[in-house]
Amino acid sequence: MSPAEATIESVDLAEVDVRELNQRLHDLAGGEPSRWRVTNPGGAHALAVGLDAEVEVEIDGHVGYYCAGMNKLATVRVHGNCGTGVAENIMSGTVIVDGDSSQSAAATGRGGLLVVKGSASARCGISMKGVDIVVHGSVGHAGGFMAQRGALVICGDAGPDLGDSIYEAHIYVRGEVASLGADCIEKEMREEHRSELAALLERGEADADVAEFRRYGSARELYNFKVDNAGAY
Amino acid sequence: MCGIAGLFSKSSTFEGTLGTHLSSMLVELADRGPDSAGVAIYRDPAPSGSCKVSLFSPDPDYPWIDLAVGLAKAFGDVGEHTVIASHALLVVEGDPAEIEAWLADCHPELRVMSVGQSIEIYKEAGDPRRFVERFSLAGVSATHALGHTRMATESRVTTEHSHPFSSGLDLCLVHNGSLSNHNRLRAFLRREGIRFQTDNDSEVAAGYLTWRLSQGADLEQALQGCLTDLDGFYTFAVGTADGFAVLRDPIACKPAVMSENDDWVAMASEYRAIATLPGADDARVWEPEPGRVYVWQRERVA
Repeated sequence: MSPAEATIESVDLAEVDVRELNQRLHDLAGGEPSRWRVTNPGGAHALAVGLDAEVEVEIDGHVGYYCAGMNKLATVRVHGNCGTGVAENIMSGTVIVDGDSSQSAAATGRGGLLVVKGSASARCGISMKGVDIVVHGSVGHAGGFMAQRGALVICGDAGPDLGDSIYEAHIYVRGEVASLGADCIEKEMREEHRSELAALLERGEADADVAEFRRYGSARELYNFKVDNAGAY
Repeated sequence: MCGIAGLFSKSSTFEGTLGTHLSSMLVELADRGPDSAGVAIYRDPAPSGSCKVSLFSPDPDYPWIDLAVGLAKAFGDVGEHTVIASHALLVVEGDPAEIEAWLADCHPELRVMSVGQSIEIYKEAGDPRRFVERFSLAGVSATHALGHTRMATESRVTTEHSHPFSSGLDLCLVHNGSLSNHNRLRAFLRREGIRFQTDNDSEVAAGYLTWRLSQGADLEQALQGCLTDLDGFYTFAVGTADGFAVLRDPIACKPAVMSENDDWVAMASEYRAIATLPGADDARVWEPEPGRVYVWQRERVA
């Protein structure tokens, strides 16, 4: 049975507390696919955190901090805005935010996909380690800070200090970049990057032309790459 | 941590329920600041030539009536005083600076919480949930208000160390964050004639605004000055006679959310405080940009 065929379980957070919701979702680990609809989130923190099952969770409204953190396998869709740290340390699966996201979206994420259909504020993708992030709007300052692996796609503009101290992650920006952080430079868009970006835009439900993007990555000159530069920053 | 809230009414119907909604916001932010709570309420402007004075006494049996008599002798007319928990509100005919000087001189046992045409400040150490009940906040009608729940990091937990801090006539400040250069800045501001009641870092931010305004800056310029002269983390909300302003430091470590619909404008540390407001589901919601001054002002009535 695919998740689409499953009946929808409804949880009203005006009636049920967050612990109970999360426990019910945790109890699904290793089980059949299922679909869940969460209403009246009221900006509550830590909703649908630590999922480890092929389930679909839709949340109707704005959520607080760390929504869908540590996600594995599950698809979580928020019909609203997210507070700090949405999809923090995501391992796999997909998290989609219909509105805006606050700071540190997908921080330290190791795999999976985060899609923000609005804009993301500061430190989007900080220390990302393999997650892919597609932001339809713009990101705030220090996007992709210390990004190690994965791709950060920004369809709008990037704030100051983009990609500061970046390692191997790829950053693609369609709009303006306010400034690049330490050791981050613009790089050539080769065929492999165009095909990576095209696939990400499709998975991220973003209608944008690959030809309009520029790529940014590490110059590999920072002291962690070249110790002789230890005194340069 | 700490929680801050600002609520500005855009309709007269909402004004009547502003206290109820501010209470809900503070209760929601109680987890962010269980040490103390406080509010600045803007309502019922004093008649021309008079000002409103909010005072705090730790003595539950303080003879407020004697104070009112003393003020009436020293100044002009003193309206009927209102005692609210550990605070009292008096409307005094006279010059605000002279009234403050007289209080400092003749009643050093009292703390002046605020002076102005329409501002009232109430704050107290203890749980925010208890605070909203003790000060009967739910019954308050106001044009706009600020609130704060405190988790102390820089200085002691007392009523004096609680927020809001008055920063001049009808002005006050609430702060989420911590300042690093407050000791040196306080010493500088003292030399410039600014008075401080505590060793609290946020009071220095309030004093800094007072000083900048006394130098001829407008509120927006004074807040811009914070970006260069204050070292540390902050989200500030500043209450004025006509509205309120919001500023986050350029690194934006401390959270802030704003929201607006036809009836109100609100800011809070977390969206869950705004979620308690009527119509929040359909209101515009956004995160204020770092280092940018936001100001809401009601139109001045001539």
